[in-house]
This record gives sequence, C-alpha cells and structure tokens, in this order.
Amino acid sequence: MAETSREVWITGIGLVSSLAEGADAHWQALAGETSPRPAIDATRFAPYTVHPLVPLDVAKQIPKTSDQRQMERWQRIGVYAAGLALSDAGLSGDQSLLDRVDLTIAAGNGERDLALDARILAALETSSMPEPVLNRELAAGLRPTLYLGQLSNLLAGNISIVHKATGSSRTFKGEEMAGISAVSDAVRRIAAGQGDIFLTGGALNAEREDLLLGCEITHTLAAGPYRSVWERGPQGGGLVPGSLGAFLVLEASDHALRRGAAPYARLSCVLSERAHRHRETSTAAAERLFDEIALRLEDGDLAVLSGASGVEPVTSEERDFLKGLERRGFNPRVRTWGSVLGHGIEAHAFAGLALAALAISKGAFYPPFGATEAGTDAPADRILVTCFGHWRGEGLALVEPTRESAE
Amino acid sequence: MTSKTRDHKGRPVVAVTGLGLVTSLGVGKHASWAGLVAGRSGVKAITRFPTDGLKTTIAGTVDDMGVAPYAAHDLSARMAEAAAAEAIAEARIGRPSHFPGPLIVATPPSELEWPHLRRLHDAAGGEGHEGYRRMLANARTRTFDDLARHVRFAAIADRLQMAFGTEGEPLSICTACASGATTIQLGLEAIRRGDTEAALCVGTDATVHPEGLIRFSLLSALSTANDDPAKASKPFSKKRDGFVMAEGAGALVLESYDAARARGARILAVVRGCGEKADEHHRTRSRPDGAAVIGAIRKTLDDAGVAPHEIDYINAHGTSTPENDRMEYIALGAVLGDHLRRTPISSNKSMVGHTLIAAGSVEAVFSVLTIGSGILPPTINYDPDPDLPLDVVPDTSREAHVRTVLSNSFGFGGQNVCVVFSAEPA
Repeated sequence: MAETSREVWITGIGLVSSLAEGADAHWQALAGETSPRPAIDATRFAPYTVHPLVPLDVAKQIPKTSDQRQMERWQRIGVYAAGLALSDAGLSGDQSLLDRVDLTIAAGNGERDLALDARILAALETSSMPEPVLNRELAAGLRPTLYLGQLSNLLAGNISIVHKATGSSRTFKGEEMAGISAVSDAVRRIAAGQGDIFLTGGALNAEREDLLLGCEITHTLAAGPYRSVWERGPQGGGLVPGSLGAFLVLEASDHALRRGAAPYARLSCVLSERAHRHRETSTAAAERLFDEIALRLEDGDLAVLSGASGVEPVTSEERDFLKGLERRGFNPRVRTWGSVLGHGIEAHAFAGLALAALAISKGAFYPPFGATEAGTDAPADRILVTCFGHWRGEGLALVEPTRESAE
Repeated sequence: MTSKTRDHKGRPVVAVTGLGLVTSLGVGKHASWAGLVAGRSGVKAITRFPTDGLKTTIAGTVDDMGVAPYAAHDLSARMAEAAAAEAIAEARIGRPSHFPGPLIVATPPSELEWPHLRRLHDAAGGEGHEGYRRMLANARTRTFDDLARHVRFAAIADRLQMAFGTEGEPLSICTACASGATTIQLGLEAIRRGDTEAALCVGTDATVHPEGLIRFSLLSALSTANDDPAKASKPFSKKRDGFVMAEGAGALVLESYDAARARGARILAVVRGCGEKADEHHRTRSRPDGAAVIGAIRKTLDDAGVAPHEIDYINAHGTSTPENDRMEYIALGAVLGDHLRRTPISSNKSMVGHTLIAAGSVEAVFSVLTIGSGILPPTINYDPDPDLPLDVVPDTSREAHVRTVLSNSFGFGGQNVCVVFSAEPA
C-alpha cells in the first residue's frame, strides 16, 4: 500500500507517428468534426500494410551525427520522441533535474542488418561447409555497433547519452505489456515515494522486414486491404504495424507543483492481469480489473481509448468486455487508436495514454477512429485506456483531470 | 500491511529465503558453490559449434541440461526453470504450482538464430524471392509455428509463470549485464511497497552461439586467451584482456522478513538495499571519472543504511576487461576510501565467466552463500596489477566472518545496479 497520497501527473508528451510530430499536431490531426484518415503504405512491404513514420529532421533532437550513426531507426525514433517529451515537460537542459529523471522503457529487440543476413543465407544455402562460412561472413560483415543497435536496453542507454536523463534506467520486454509494465513501475514508485519524476515510453520502427517476419511467424499480421481494427475479424483479424515513438513524463503532483509544471492530466491508476488464455478469456481478466476501477467511477457516459490490435481472438474478447460495461451502467464511447496510428507493439500503450492526456487537457474527446465506432460525442472528464497484449496480458488505465483543475 | 520489522527508513525488511543456481561449474547451488570455493574454472573450449576462424573459441557454456538442439531460448528457459525450482524448494513457499507473488525475470534477447533463419530461407515455397522476402513468403505457409517462442519477448516469463503459478503479470526485464540485479531491485521495491509479500527473481542467459560470440568479439570485449581456457578470465590482473562469455541462471525467493518468520522459513540473508544510476557517457564505456558507478554505489549504501566501513566483502562485477576493472576500482575507492584496502573483493567471473544478463542473479546467489558459509570465494588466475591494489582473495578461498556484502553489476548502455545483502538481524 502506498503510504503517500501523491497523485501521478502527466506533465510531458512526446509523440511521433505516421500522422504527425508532437502532441499538438496529433490533436490537430485526430480531433475535430471528421474522422482522421490513417496514413498507410500498402506497396512497399506488400502484401503487408504498414503506417510509415512522418519525415523527421532527426538532428533536431539528436544533434550529433556520431550519436545518430550508433543507433538503429527504432532507437532514433524513440530518442526523438523522448526529447520531445522532456522538452514539453520543461526539463530539457535542466541538468540537475535530468540527473534525477528515472527511465522506465518498453522495448523489443533492435534491427538486423537485412542485406547482410540475405547475403549470408544465400551463401550458406549452396555451401558444403556452412558453419565456417557463417563464422567468416559474420566476423567480416557484422558492424561492431550493430549489436548496440539491437540490445533492448540501448534505447534507454541512448536516451541517457543524448538527453542526459540519468536517474535510473529500467527496460521492460514483452510486446504490449512491456508498456503497461513500464508505466506501472513508474506509477507505483511515484505513489510510494520511491521516485519523483519519470520518463516512460517506447518506440517501434514498423517499416522493416525482420519485424514483419516475427509477426508473420506468430500469425499476427492483418491480410488484405486496409480496414479499421474492428472490421478485421471476418478476414481472420490481425494487426497493421505503425511506426511510433511515444513518451510521457510522469511526475509526482507535489514535485510538479514545486517546479511550476503544468499537467495535462492525472494518471489515476494502471492495472494489469494475465489471463491464462488456454482456459479463460481476456474478457474475464479485464472484468476483474475493471471491478477495481469501477469503485472510483460513477456510471454513465465513459470515454474509452482502446488499444485493440485487431489480432484474434483477443480483439473479440475485448469487444465483449467493452460491451459488458453497458450492463454495469456505463455507456462506453470507444475510440481505437490502432485504427489511425497502427499498432505500436511496445510503444502502443504510451500512445493511448498520451492521447487520453491530450483529450483531458483539451476537455474534448475524439471523433470516431473507424467505421464501426459510434459518432456520439462523449464528455472527456475521465478516459478508460485499454491495452491488451496480442498474445498475453491485459492492461487497463484511467486518466482523469488533476483534482486542482477539476475544482 | 502487517510488517513490524522495519529498516532504517521505516520500510518492511526483505529477506532471502530461497536460492537456485545453474552455472558452468554445475547444475544446482551446491555443485556450483563447491566448484567456486575450490577455485575451479568452468571455462572451456567451445564444442557446441565449430569455431573455425573466430578470435575467441572459449566460453563457460552449460552443456548438461539436456537441451538439444541448442537454442538460446530453450536453454535459457530450462536453466531458469531449474534455478527457480531449486529456490522455491529451499524456501518451501506456497503450494505446488502456486508461488504467492510475482515473477520478475531477466532474459536474453529474443531472436531468430541462424539455424532458424536457414530453415525459413531454404524451405520450398519462397522461390523467386530473396532474403527476407523469401523468408516472409515461406512463413506465410504457416509451417513455422514452433519458432514463435524465439521471437516472443515474454516467452520465458510465460513458461516460468505456467510452471510455478506466479501471480499477476510477470515482468521481463533487460538492463544488459545489470539485469539480474534489477530483478532483485524490482522485487525489493514491490515488497517494501506492500504490493506483495514475496517475489520470485530470476536471471538467465544462454547466448553462446556464433553471432553472440562474434558480436562481443567485434566490440573487442572478449579475452582471446584461448590456449588455456581455465586461465582466460583474470579479473583485476595485469594481463587481463577481456571477459569470457558464459551461461547460467540464478534465482532468489524474496519475502517480507515478517512473513517469512511467521511461516517459520529459514532466513538466508536480508536484502539491505539497492541503488542504480545511469551513465550518459558512452554506449560501452563508463564516464572516465566513474561518476555513474560511484553514484550507483552511494545510492545503494544510502538505500541500505550501511556505512562504507560496514562492508565486509565485495562481490565484484570484475569482468576481466581492462576498462571495467579499473573503473570498478576507482569507483569503490571513491566511496569506500581507505576501507577498500582492508576489504576483500573477489570476482566469481574468474571461474564461472560472465553470465551477462544472469550475472547479477548468479552473483547475488553466491553473495548470500558467502554470508551463510563464512567462506570468501577466490579470484583465480590472479597476477597483481600495481594500479589496482586490492585484496582479491587470490587463487584460494578464505574463511572470514561476513555480515554485509556489496554486489556490483554494471551494464553496456550505462546501467549500473548494486545490491547490499546482510546476515539475518540478530
């Protein structure tokens, strides 16, 4: 049990995606009267569709070319978005504060040298002595720095190097749930007084064939022409990966007040569960989590940002969970950010929390993100964020106005 | 929370009640510890794959877990299972298939290895394409489901959770070579917060495969003293020339001290505190002034409420690279001052090699065994480096009364984590 009653505030957002760069630009692109149109590329990796990142001037956040060269693209996207979040929270350049910023990062693996792999595989196929050939080709062909571009914890490492955020550094793995774990670690430590200010986030470079190969092996990619998340079920479901960098600055309310930082919103709770999917549904696990959240909520209209990926059967199970909210007296208004930004895997949860915080701060919710979502407006005085793992894990979070701004 | 026994900051005291281990010295903590205090090396010539043309041809592989064919995921998972089962059995905690707390596990990269890539590439079906296009076309035939576990980042956590019935969403973490220590830190913090009364903390790594070896080799991080494998890892020695890759797993059951006492568990040690500090200097090198490593040690002592002179023994990170061992010496000197000269410090890596992701876990288990046995494991292969005047417990183990141990873990990417263990409070 936390011994303090400190609130967890979101005081910085860094977001880069296929639609925009920066928090405000995302609000411009996503809010308003009409539904946003997703940016998709259906040809470059055909038969797969991806959401390609908007062009970035990487030097704006990573000025040294020597630093840029030591990173793979997923790290550059992440370091860029992390820089936006630190700057948004007013931390950039404040070395004494940055030295106390704790990092909780969600990451998968980095990227492989696809051309080298292809060359070696072709050589091995026709070789009668494949093992010595493999040794020789790897020793001659691997770039020494590539491994550093591949290590999961080197996104965090590069953020420390480029932005000088050096309190502590933890990297969580495990696809979507890595994001929930990273946020949850920060929230629990803030509530318990084990830390004051955190940079939390993740990044995905969706535009690469090694990522697609991993997804294809696990049968998670959507087939056929682009459809919004909830329309994919009849075709077997699946995710459309989207390049994404999403970071938040999470801060203890008293710490933010002391330094005069303006919050977007309060992150009231983050909960996770892991259904044993061979014997229970994600619906049941999420309902147990919601029991805890429901204690804090009056029934009625409920804005929901859904992290549904499109992968089945978990997407249908989330639909059942959301429909079940009606039986509890809630009227959910669901917006599924994967339909417009694509699926961000490790970065996915952070994007949803960022969009929730933006909506709370603007006092307005988003128009439908896909054809199946109802157009009715919902008050943005509380937003439930869902993020279920495509393979394992269920996460729920509640984002609300800070108590001060509500008064 | 009902914890009555509190530490210097008023937080619940956290105990270690179970230990499990797999190293290149043996399966199980007794076999590993016996080898360690005998000063035996687990480093040997690699037989798992041909090493033609490689600069480094030695490693501390684990070859006796019955995992064939080798794959990093499969061997890592098997070792983690063995270590966790041993720790849970010693702690006598929970019910069969129900561990009453969360799992926190440090795991190596999840990736397709060359035998997997070759299968995907050479299969019939992808003709007309090359490289990844060809593998993708083949993968669409859906005949490679057995490879899924290699690309899912939480697959090892999932397997452990199923085996031991841990509670909630397990954590899979990576802070490079500090990862094992990070699992202990996460467990310690969760128990202190009152989120749980117990945690299962595991680190595992089995990545001695051609690409794994070559990656570190290209970073000039590995010893090339292939001729006499047992003598290659020589931490704090003048002629140290790099670390020796190794495999292993370590597991600790952490519990709130009061909960452990209440159920009559044997207390093996107390986790006094943890600290971490990130470095912003370089991807593989520490700041020349050692500030981040110094910061990690200071934060640890502060968290533990332990004064420098109370440290009886240091379980070093001691990788045997020129850079690490010098930096560790400088940082320890900055924090411990004169007390460092009087404090024995040894590196388990001189015998078991560098177990990378698992190192913090493996060395935590050895640290607790050091407290329990009153025996300091040696640093073997020692030839003194005049620039690093340390009592490294050279070559043979030594009896000593040890109450408090500092265990260091420093990772590529600048992630530094230290842990202090003490004997049970009198």
